Amino acid sequence: MHDPSADPPLSERLEAIRARYPATQPAMVAEVVQSVLATMRGHLTATETMLLSEVEELGQTIATAKAEIAALKVDDITASHIPSATDELDAIVAHTAAATDAILETCETLDQVGAGLSGEAAQHLQDATTRIYEACSFQDITGQRITKVVAALKAIEAKVANIVAAFGDRRGAPAAPVPPPDAALLLNGPQLPSNAMDQSDIDKLLASFD
Amino acid sequence: MTIDKAMNVLIVDDYKTMLRIIRNLLKQIDFHNVDEATDGAEALGKLRAGGYGLVISDWNMAPMTGLQLLQEVRADAKLKATPFIMITAESKAENVVAAKQAGVSNYIVKPFNAETLREKIEKVLGNA
Repeated sequence: MHDPSADPPLSERLEAIRARYPATQPAMVAEVVQSVLATMRGHLTATETMLLSEVEELGQTIATAKAEIAALKVDDITASHIPSATDELDAIVAHTAAATDAILETCETLDQVGAGLSGEAAQHLQDATTRIYEACSFQDITGQRITKVVAALKAIEAKVANIVAAFGDRRGAPAAPVPPPDAALLLNGPQLPSNAMDQSDIDKLLASFD
Repeated sequence: MTIDKAMNVLIVDDYKTMLRIIRNLLKQIDFHNVDEATDGAEALGKLRAGGYGLVISDWNMAPMTGLQLLQEVRADAKLKATPFIMITAESKAENVVAAKQAGVSNYIVKPFNAETLREKIEKVLGNA
């Protein structure tokens, strides 16, 4: 009867082989496996042959993907594309902030002018400046959304570097993983309209505590 | 219901443009005595110095978030009764629930308008 305890798991066997032959390259292993499989072909059943064929196809797919990943100019992505994208986004925030401050300053001037008016004209002007102040809060939300996009870009950068290090260009060390946001702080940022609760939803939720 | 619009209001946000917007909107609804803090520690210092009838705070600040500020306020025997409104882009139910459990007086989601601000302030101060 087969004794499973006498047959170490595959992972342990692989570790033992890796320890014995530290310089072994994956390509060498693939070549040996291919040779062994080729010698077995004449002794296989129809199902096993089909399975073997599937495995070979899978191997080719992996080899193609590996070659494509190796061909990626990951240095461009990590050294140029993503920093450039984040710089552009930072510039958007800076420019819109400057424009918002200019709008607010002008609006405050209009309020000062309005203070010298009376009646319908004064009210009309105040209503207009109120709407401008309300609209200017876009700047805060835009900034928070862009911060989320920058965090997403940095996470993509780290993951691309890790994939390339694992399958392709082995020259570079894997990028440090981007730490997830601190869940205890509950900082989710602005939600997309389709996911967000509006003020009336929030009012209902708050009222449910009363 | 009579609201004392001469009371001192402390607005807290690490984003100065937002402080400016809230200050101007408060002015439009006749709250003229508005003071500002750009982080939680500064806000706590000002609150402990005394004299504020209402706190309006953002959530997303560092190093102390608006929620942590709220918890500090509610844990302080002298400040715990101070009305506290959160104005934030955090619109997930878990945020609203956490704020309510921490003792928030009301919760306004960004973007908001002057009418919502007025309505929530009146509700909070009317219940104070």
